[in-house]
Amino acid sequence: MTLVKELLSGSKRALARVISQVENDAPAAHEALAALFPHTGHAHLVGVTGAPGTGKSTLVNCLTMAFRERGDSVGIVAIDPTSPYSGGAILGDRIRMRDLSGDSGVFIRSMASRGSLGGIARKTADVVKVMDAAGFDIVVIETVGAGQSEIEIARLAQTVLVVEAPGLGDDIQAFKAGILEIADILVVNKADDPRAGNTERALKGMLELADGRHVEQMIWHHGMLIAAAMPAGSSTDESWQVPIHLTNAISGDGVTALVNEIYNHRAYLNESGELSRRTYARVAAELDLQLREHLMRRLLKGVDIERLQSLIVEVASRRTAPHQAVETLLDHCE
Amino acid sequence: MTDRKIRVLIAKPGLDGHDRGAKVVARALRDAGMEVIYTGLRQTPEMIAEAALQEDVDCIGLSILSGAHMALVPRILEVLEEYEMTGIPVVLGGIIPDEDVAALKELGVTEVFGPGAITVDIVQVIQKAVAARE
Repeated sequence: MTLVKELLSGSKRALARVISQVENDAPAAHEALAALFPHTGHAHLVGVTGAPGTGKSTLVNCLTMAFRERGDSVGIVAIDPTSPYSGGAILGDRIRMRDLSGDSGVFIRSMASRGSLGGIARKTADVVKVMDAAGFDIVVIETVGAGQSEIEIARLAQTVLVVEAPGLGDDIQAFKAGILEIADILVVNKADDPRAGNTERALKGMLELADGRHVEQMIWHHGMLIAAAMPAGSSTDESWQVPIHLTNAISGDGVTALVNEIYNHRAYLNESGELSRRTYARVAAELDLQLREHLMRRLLKGVDIERLQSLIVEVASRRTAPHQAVETLLDHCE
Repeated sequence: MTDRKIRVLIAKPGLDGHDRGAKVVARALRDAGMEVIYTGLRQTPEMIAEAALQEDVDCIGLSILSGAHMALVPRILEVLEEYEMTGIPVVLGGIIPDEDVAALKELGVTEVFGPGAITVDIVQVIQKAVAARE
């Protein structure tokens, strides 16, 4: 518990240690999170997502310098993928953030996805809470290079930037469902590329057809907590028109306007009441997830492992169908 | 239910642009199941210590091919001490003359790997050094 006290009094070393405990799901982590929870809620959470190579890390480097110029301290959680074969990872986001070193108002932590497929790690939300409690004004969460469906960041962050780069696809890509729908702000990075105008037009066309970001509400349905889009017309979020910003994260062009937009969005969330609605949706989803994890763990303990192993052999040799095997296991569950 | 992974910082201090070796080692450590924070070229001792602290790594791997190891390594160890990171295993790779190896180990470097080193050995040295600290 002294570690928590040190963290709250500003020790970077303690902050780093507590993050490790949380990430490793160490026994001390639960206690630490409980002690830190009352100190959370101050930071504005900015999510940065987009395909690999669109310049997310370089943009985070630029954005952070701009946040610092305005006097805000910044915590950064940068997630890179874990190898599905070895369980190891190469976390390379710091390479692009070298301008931030030596600034005591910035703390960067790299995180491996550790098998999660939603673009962030299972423990990212808790690590963000720890950074929030440590007193950072802004916490930036950079997802793994995300494709079309890694949208967990939308639940975690308050302002979501989706970063695109020119030349990655035509207007049909922009038309598809998924990651573009979660954007509060769309960014076309590498805007010095002559094709940036095409990308901007494709995104604009997509936005004109949309009716604002879908606001999730959580509803209980047959005993399950599920996310449902708010019926059209009931969302006040329609008052936020998703802007498109062109940036060049290397030269810094367009970054000031983008940073202004992030502050605008924060003000909008506060004034419209949207922030509390999103918080509610996030907490509901988080509790649901934790409940599922605990129930799953408890239930899996009742599975007969020996029977499971012999059933694997049976299914592999095609004597039993997978769903029959599962039914057999369930019949013998405690 | 803990999910512990060895975290290693791989850095190239000073002014040399030869990062092939550092990348090979980073890849080998990844394949051994470690989480490797790769910081890239031209790192100052302060940048390395700061990154090691923020990332709460279990080990630091340095790659130096510039010949400046006798200037850089002592300074890095000094800064690590300033950051209260004393005792963290530091392994070094590069072109290091034999007579310097002994001096570096004397200073506290865990192991020095030269050309021809086998990645499996590097993995084992790190695993052992980290285990010994826990």
